[in-house]
Amino acid sequence: MKLYFKYMSILLKSQMQYRASFWLLSIGQFFVPFSVFAGLYFLFERFGSIRGWSFFEVALCFGVINMAFSITECFVRGFDIFSNLVVSGDFDRVLLRPRSTFIQVLGSQFEFTRLGRLLQGVIVLVWAAVNLSIRWTVFKIITLILMIISGIFIFTGIFVLAATLCFWTIQGIEVANIFTYGGKEISQYPLNIYKKWITRFFTFIIPFGCVNYLPLMYLLDRTQYNYHFYMLTPLIGILFIIPCLGVWEMGVKHYRSTGS
Amino acid sequence: MPQIEVSGIYKTFKVARRSSGLRQAVKSLFYREYDTVEALKDVSFTVDTGEIVGYIGPNGAGKSTTIKIISGILVPDRGKCTILGRVPWKERISHVRNIGVVFGQRTQLWWDVPVIDSYELLRDIYKIPRREYMNNLDLLVDTLDLKGIINTPVRQLSLGQRMRCELGASLLHSPGILFLDEPTIGLDAESKIAVRQFIKTINREKNVTVILTTHDMSDIEALANRILLIGNGRIVYDGNLNDLKGRFSTHKTIIINFREYNSPIDDKTLGIPGVSIVSCSQEKLTLRVDGNGILLTDIISRLSNIVDIVDISVESQPIDELIVKLYREYVI
Amino acid sequence: MKAYFSVFKLRLIYGLQYRAAALAGVATQFFWGIMHIMIYEAFYANAASAPPMSLKQVIIYIWLQQSFLVFVALWIRDNEIINLITSGNIAYELCRPCSIYGFWFAKLIAQRLSGAMLRCLPLLIAAFLIPEPYKMALPGSLAAFLLFTVSLFLGLMVLVSISMLIYISMFITILPVGSMVVFSSIGELFSGMIIPIPFMPSWLQKIAYFLPFRLAVDMPFRIYTGHIPVSQALQGVLIQLIWLGVLILTGYASMKKVQKRVIVQGG
Repeated sequence: MKLYFKYMSILLKSQMQYRASFWLLSIGQFFVPFSVFAGLYFLFERFGSIRGWSFFEVALCFGVINMAFSITECFVRGFDIFSNLVVSGDFDRVLLRPRSTFIQVLGSQFEFTRLGRLLQGVIVLVWAAVNLSIRWTVFKIITLILMIISGIFIFTGIFVLAATLCFWTIQGIEVANIFTYGGKEISQYPLNIYKKWITRFFTFIIPFGCVNYLPLMYLLDRTQYNYHFYMLTPLIGILFIIPCLGVWEMGVKHYRSTGS
Repeated sequence: MPQIEVSGIYKTFKVARRSSGLRQAVKSLFYREYDTVEALKDVSFTVDTGEIVGYIGPNGAGKSTTIKIISGILVPDRGKCTILGRVPWKERISHVRNIGVVFGQRTQLWWDVPVIDSYELLRDIYKIPRREYMNNLDLLVDTLDLKGIINTPVRQLSLGQRMRCELGASLLHSPGILFLDEPTIGLDAESKIAVRQFIKTINREKNVTVILTTHDMSDIEALANRILLIGNGRIVYDGNLNDLKGRFSTHKTIIINFREYNSPIDDKTLGIPGVSIVSCSQEKLTLRVDGNGILLTDIISRLSNIVDIVDISVESQPIDELIVKLYREYVI
Repeated sequence: MKAYFSVFKLRLIYGLQYRAAALAGVATQFFWGIMHIMIYEAFYANAASAPPMSLKQVIIYIWLQQSFLVFVALWIRDNEIINLITSGNIAYELCRPCSIYGFWFAKLIAQRLSGAMLRCLPLLIAAFLIPEPYKMALPGSLAAFLLFTVSLFLGLMVLVSISMLIYISMFITILPVGSMVVFSSIGELFSGMIIPIPFMPSWLQKIAYFLPFRLAVDMPFRIYTGHIPVSQALQGVLIQLIWLGVLILTGYASMKKVQKRVIVQGG
């Protein structure tokens, strides 16, 4: 963990060498999802609601997912652009160092400018939270925070899986976008607006349901019973990272036997 | 007991066949052929502590595959390998703690920050104790003359300066074995000599074993007492550089300058079998001497009967030519 | 002209070599299309008032958007050109025996054409084969289809001439990527990439119709769906031509000016 922060500080130092472009890019990142959010707003203005969800309820979801995603993009960037490490052969260097491959790849890159996007996620979240008639309790706030954390773990897991794919194919890597960016896109709306198979896939295979639809039901007091279960679903999302790490280890093993 | 023991290593790769042209490209959308490449076939050798070994061979002969296997990056198909009592690919983490690797073409330093920051991070990665780190750093700064450049970002360094910093980086954790992959590639003459000098020093003073791959034969001549030659995935020669010269240098060239002499000298006037005249002028004679059995004194005494010798120089075959011959001999 | 053609062919071969990349791209965009259709489907399920476009029209719009993504996306950047400008190596480019404006323009068009060719056909076939209600549909009439083709290509040229202006502006102030990111995300909104323009509130529609961005995305796609009738479509093509003329002339002139500056300052 200490090593992770060391990596972070050296890369922050690197990016600060280009200070002006760093800040401009951060500001740019703040505005990027703005147009997407504007599109969402206009659709609600036109249609009123989506399968019984109001604008601010969806905005809450949007805020949570975008916060989780931007934090992941910032701190797990090493896995996001892992294909570069494989193509350039620098992954060999990782294997030459007496530390786990996971921590080294994690530390190989940070994209601090994504924090601009985080800020927008925060603003949307706060705006939605204030406008919704939720009676906020300590448990609800904990659940909300857990939703964000769980989202970070799920996105990290997906990034790790996508990176693992690089050990087999570099070109096919774009397909991973379905789960990274696609996962983000899809879970900006509560999952039950989609067809059953999509909802099921993104609940039971990739547990996005655990960060938006299920805990949202609890936050909005829409559960009649079992509300403890709904409250704790984000914890299940966190567990998603475990099989992903297993797959990563398999990928490293494959790489070391083929060296491609 | 040898420090590095490699025996019977095999490794094969699958490579996709790629062809040019629009039609071929469309075709490859549907199916693709693979070739199997046998990168290493029954590679065995041992290296003792403190040796400097030059590992040479043409491109694609299997040099870097070997290096990757003994440094623990790759797992071979079969064969055995123990380094300092460990199997590199089985105990990767404890193995790599004891080796240092420099790739001449790639950097292990962080590009945009001063060199010293990279070193500090490496200290954390290798968990080097403070005292050991300080000692090594002092030593390396001195011997590599890093004082003036250690606070400069890597991207502002010249290639030669960068290579010195790379060498430093790979020795911070006091490894017992150092792998150098083309450490002098692209360097100017001065930097080359500095790098070689440093390798010698570190080998002598810290008894570091060095395995060096290079295409620059003068590196080998300056550093290695032993060479391993690999071709087509097999070790084809393992031995002393001088032995190699003895075995393969088929001829020497002798140039003799003398006072002006007007009648031409031909092979007959010289009359020594195995010695032939390459060129002849009124003041200079170039001879080619084949084989090792001919004594230089014979030639000189024979010539001094004819002309007044002013100067003699003997040139043996350049090592590059030797290596080319060696490659041909083993059809690699 | 021959040089432009070989640039195009090279790109195509390059793209074909990476079959897995092309396949992965098609799969991703197919998924994207399905996902967006589902979102609209959910909105339409209990719409309070009559929406400005029928669901089928939106579905066609989405499939066209996914198929021709490489054609119409503003955010595609050519790093080679950016590097030329920022590194000052532009001097070499000035040595070529053709105008930079023309050459870059052709290069950018070739890139988008070859990129789209590989992906749009498989994606459209897939979109035609899937069951209702997600199925893609044929255009309303032959006239609509012809006008769609014309306006799609003109739209592509409008888009490229806009991005040419961005590149040229990079000469004057080394505008970093940050501001380009903002610019393209705003341009995307006004082009109809995020939602078709009829879904916007009327005040925003006015702005969108005033700007040239929608000529590349919203207009051709809605001509195909029949949402824009043939008579209006003809007008639209005329507007495209006018915009194209203005944009290219502006670009060409400012490129000349900038080139002079580069020569004087020595890069």
